[in-house]
Amino acid sequence: MGIFIFKRLIHGLIVILGVTLIVFVVTRMVGDPVKVMLPLESTQEQRDAFKKQLGLDRPIPVQLVNFLKDIARLDFGDSLWQKRPAMEIVFEKLPLTLALTAVGVGLACVFAIPLGIISALRPGGALDRLTVFGSLLGLSMPQFWMGLLFILLFAVQLRILPTSGSATPSHIILPALTMALPTLARLVMLVRSSMIDELNQPYVKTAFARGLPFVRVVGGHALKNAGLPIMTLIGWEVIRSLAGYSVVVETVFAWPGIGLTAIQAIEREDLILIQAIVFTAAISVVLINIAMDFIYKLIDPRLKLT
Amino acid sequence: MTPSLPLLEVENLVVNFYTRGGVVQASRGVSFQVGHGETLGIVGESGSGKTVAVQAVMGLISSPGRIEGGDIRFNGRSLVDPAGRKYVRQVRGKEISMIFQDPMTSLNPVFTIGTQITEVLCHHMSMDKGPARLRAMELLELVDINAPKKRLGQYPHELSGGMRQRVMIAIALACEPRLIIADEPTTALDVTVQAQILELLSDLQARLNVSVILITHDLGVVAQLCHRVAVMYAGRIIEVGDADRVFADPVHPYTRGLIRATPSLEDVTERMVSIEGVPPDLIRPPAGCAFSPRCDQVKEGCRRHQSLTPIGEDRHVRCWCAAQGKVPPAEPALVGKGPRP
Amino acid sequence: MTKTKANDLEQALSRSRYEWVDKLKELGRELRRDTAGFIGVVLITALVLMAVFAPLISPHDPTEQDLTARLVPPVWYEKGSWGHVFGTDHLGRDILSRAIHGSRVSLWVGVSVVSLAGGFGVVMGLLAGYLGGRTDAFIMRWVDTQVAFPGLLLALIILAVIGPSLTTVVLVLSLNGWMVYGRMTRSAVLAIRQSPYVEAAEVVGCRWPRIIFRHILPNLTSSLLTLGILEFARIVLAEAALSFLGLGIQPPATSWGLDVSMGKNYMFMAWWLVTIPGCAIGITVLAINLVASWLRLISDPQEREKQFARHMAGSMRKAMVLKAETERRQP
Repeated sequence: MGIFIFKRLIHGLIVILGVTLIVFVVTRMVGDPVKVMLPLESTQEQRDAFKKQLGLDRPIPVQLVNFLKDIARLDFGDSLWQKRPAMEIVFEKLPLTLALTAVGVGLACVFAIPLGIISALRPGGALDRLTVFGSLLGLSMPQFWMGLLFILLFAVQLRILPTSGSATPSHIILPALTMALPTLARLVMLVRSSMIDELNQPYVKTAFARGLPFVRVVGGHALKNAGLPIMTLIGWEVIRSLAGYSVVVETVFAWPGIGLTAIQAIEREDLILIQAIVFTAAISVVLINIAMDFIYKLIDPRLKLT
Repeated sequence: MTPSLPLLEVENLVVNFYTRGGVVQASRGVSFQVGHGETLGIVGESGSGKTVAVQAVMGLISSPGRIEGGDIRFNGRSLVDPAGRKYVRQVRGKEISMIFQDPMTSLNPVFTIGTQITEVLCHHMSMDKGPARLRAMELLELVDINAPKKRLGQYPHELSGGMRQRVMIAIALACEPRLIIADEPTTALDVTVQAQILELLSDLQARLNVSVILITHDLGVVAQLCHRVAVMYAGRIIEVGDADRVFADPVHPYTRGLIRATPSLEDVTERMVSIEGVPPDLIRPPAGCAFSPRCDQVKEGCRRHQSLTPIGEDRHVRCWCAAQGKVPPAEPALVGKGPRP
Repeated sequence: MTKTKANDLEQALSRSRYEWVDKLKELGRELRRDTAGFIGVVLITALVLMAVFAPLISPHDPTEQDLTARLVPPVWYEKGSWGHVFGTDHLGRDILSRAIHGSRVSLWVGVSVVSLAGGFGVVMGLLAGYLGGRTDAFIMRWVDTQVAFPGLLLALIILAVIGPSLTTVVLVLSLNGWMVYGRMTRSAVLAIRQSPYVEAAEVVGCRWPRIIFRHILPNLTSSLLTLGILEFARIVLAEAALSFLGLGIQPPATSWGLDVSMGKNYMFMAWWLVTIPGCAIGITVLAINLVASWLRLISDPQEREKQFARHMAGSMRKAMVLKAETERRQP
């Protein structure tokens, strides 16, 4: 167990180093951060001063070492746009993205799991075909477009829900719904197919032969066995959302999470804030991955943590 | 024991499977009975309909299969009519329990042994968790599993094949059933373990006085354990009766072939004998006796429908020749017209 | 002797050609039975034709502005006209023409990303699965690491620094998406390597490139095809999202995602600005998904059998009863 956590943490470090290297290469070697950040008409002195301030006048290896030091201290410097520590901004925005992800993925689970199970009970039946077609449709609609349609419907036509910002709890409904739909579609398909697989396993027949009630066999025996792929997908959806896919929903609904902040930082060419956001995302992804491995072990005792 | 009412009666059971290739007639009018405290062996090749017949008893036939005729009565109550479908759910696991072929896949891999035994007790006997655990330990002791307390917390993959089959037997015994169906309980096990499991089964059968249906390909096992034997071929029972007498004097050519094909340890010089030909296609079964294409004594009368004909006390056979030669025809309309041999 | 041999060979060849045709026919028959898959194939064919012949069939130049006819509604509105079937945008450009031209970008990005990422991923998977050892460990570590990257955020940064264009979008999406192919190919290679026929080929002394290309790849095609099609759908959506965020295709080029993003500001006055290009994306991706699920169905014999049992059981039972009755009537 200890070795397992150690291995995972090492892998996490490799991931974070990989991200570091890519961001380093992209921002320093391919692009010119000064050109990106300063206005075109700025003088040579201004440029040099700025370079010095960021430590860009030093040789590349020194820059890399300094960059790694920044990461180790979780201090990327002040945001160029908001003139305050970048990590402070990230910690302010992160809870909003986490809330959106939690409500969205939670909503998807609440509907997807029962729906998937019911479809799996009678594959090819009317309800099953409806579910399959519905989820294909959900998978095919672009998320940003669904968000816009929700705004048209609920805010413009029906005038019942707010569409932008995060002022009141009801502000989360539309973005969370938009977030939930593609996840719901993917999850329903997966729950359905893995439940169909499990219901055909011999142990299900034995469980029925033991006279156990239907609900217990389907919702207990089969569902727990199907739990592994289902949990994998749920974890994957959370990771996706934190790894940047929340950007789309946050942009459409002006939900001020880290996704929207990332886009704004990119628009304002605030490389320091962008770096802070990317690293936070990378660390969250690594942590969630480790947590998922423990959940797997809880579900399936056969797994060995290696 | 009431001789008038057997524990289980299966009558003219018809089960069809609807597949892409056609309708597979897996069970074409199977009838048999099991008395109280009796062990019935069902033998036959794979695909002869043994498993389908007993799964029908348990109400376990699922799509694309369907029970399309006949009746199954347990203690005189039907298990297939509309009320019976409900009744079978109460009965299975409690009064009739089943031991499956492959203990590797028949236990749920993600639940502990303890959970899988106690859930049956909690459901059928309305026991609480605590007493159920104690009873589960007793059951594990009953099937000769050492360190039962430790086993309760283990998962199936932590046990050997033989041990898992013992757990399956413990689960089957949990509610003190009156009938245990063992569907090739030893096929997936090592030879040494097979003997142990069979010994355990016969010992328990004698001690607890339950009825047993034992499905197997192994005639030696039947001879050793069963009171009566039913031989199945192509979805029908072709010979049924007292086990000793069937083995001493087999009547149906297929039964004879099966007995001849069983290698005996006494006579090692003997070459393996097999029955020529292949079992029939159950999508298009031959008219009349299904064995006739492979039979070396085939007569013209074999092409007609054969019914199970009594040929002595508790012995029936489905063979035209035997019916002609040994006993007066039971259904004159069907027999009798053919040429005398 | 040689003559008969040549004859045999020719016969065998012609037979195999027939088999090929038969297979295609069988596929066609299969397709007609599955309405959803059929619709998908028809839609995709139509989309490809539309993209290829876009300049010929679109009524207007997609970039032609007409400030006198701004925000004209679709034809079924009173103010609409047949000149602009789906209306015009805030610069008076014809929505239908832009939608037709937008298909070119979506399909082109999809095709190039799937071939780039797929090609790279398959090669990597083959190397990892076939060579094993250190190569395998290295490639799989790489895959694991990249899978754990915050992919979209990195993509956004790279696009922002390098500057968004068709080429950079294709490159970034390919870099982001090759891992699935790699993993799948590797696991399939590992499974196939242990099969007797590959072992036999090794014993006979086949070199490994030959084994990979003659024995392993052909067995992978059906699953790779399904994966590729699913990825294609995902890529079309990703391109649309990037363009919507302003980091994909840049004006004056046309892209469905870009059109939705531009129409967003006029959404409350002119809903068709976002709805038409959005529908175009939805229909395209839906068609691809329908084909993918049909392909998955026909490549899985077990699933096919079940599907059949569900649909045919009723009619077959009726036929059996009928047959039994006629047999009883004429003994």
